[in-house]
Amino acid sequence: MAFWIELIIAALIVIGALFLFVGSLALARLPDTMRRLHGPTKATTLGIGAMLIASMLFFLAAKGNPSVAEILISLFLFLTAPVSAHFVSKAHMLRSSAVRAQLSPTGRAVDWATFEAEPKEAGPGGAKEAGSINEPERA
Amino acid sequence: MIPIACAIAVAATCVAMLLSLYRLLRGPDVVDRILALDTLVINAIALVVIAGIVYATRMYFEVALLFAMVGFLSTVALCKYLLRGNIIE
Repeated sequence: MAFWIELIIAALIVIGALFLFVGSLALARLPDTMRRLHGPTKATTLGIGAMLIASMLFFLAAKGNPSVAEILISLFLFLTAPVSAHFVSKAHMLRSSAVRAQLSPTGRAVDWATFEAEPKEAGPGGAKEAGSINEPERA
Repeated sequence: MIPIACAIAVAATCVAMLLSLYRLLRGPDVVDRILALDTLVINAIALVVIAGIVYATRMYFEVALLFAMVGFLSTVALCKYLLRGNIIE
């Protein structure tokens, strides 16, 4: 294996491990949940991404043919990391009344999607329609 | 040079797993514990990828892919349970 390929692989492994460490350090040290959410998403994309690129280069240099499994893993992680971060932040918004107090008004009759339990102002048939906002429509 | 880099990466990832284990045990809210579990799964994927480089085998990539899928699904299911009180409505 050529020296510079080995150097690139080693540098990518160390960079990925550094990002993983920084992400977990942010998770352990930052003061509140919204700020703690910020660190591990970077660990997912940059840390695992750099390590998978290093692994792909390693198998390309050692065995001669590139492997597709790393592309699959990194694509899956890059697609799912924002979704899981979004779900965690929505659960945090639902559970923390301090975060809920900071939300701006929506300007519509209903509240934000996580909290829309009943309409703000009841119409003529308000008592009948009050519970139906959250339910799927039944004919 | 690659074995040294792999040793450094294993050490850093193990310290990262200990830090997220601290948040998992300490975390003031359930959301913090879910986030710590997600980070633990990410670090476990990194360890599996490093093991694949160290042993120079491709057998570990299915393990990493399954870890990624199970971690994502468990995070989404736990958050969905917190949000709606139910997972599949």
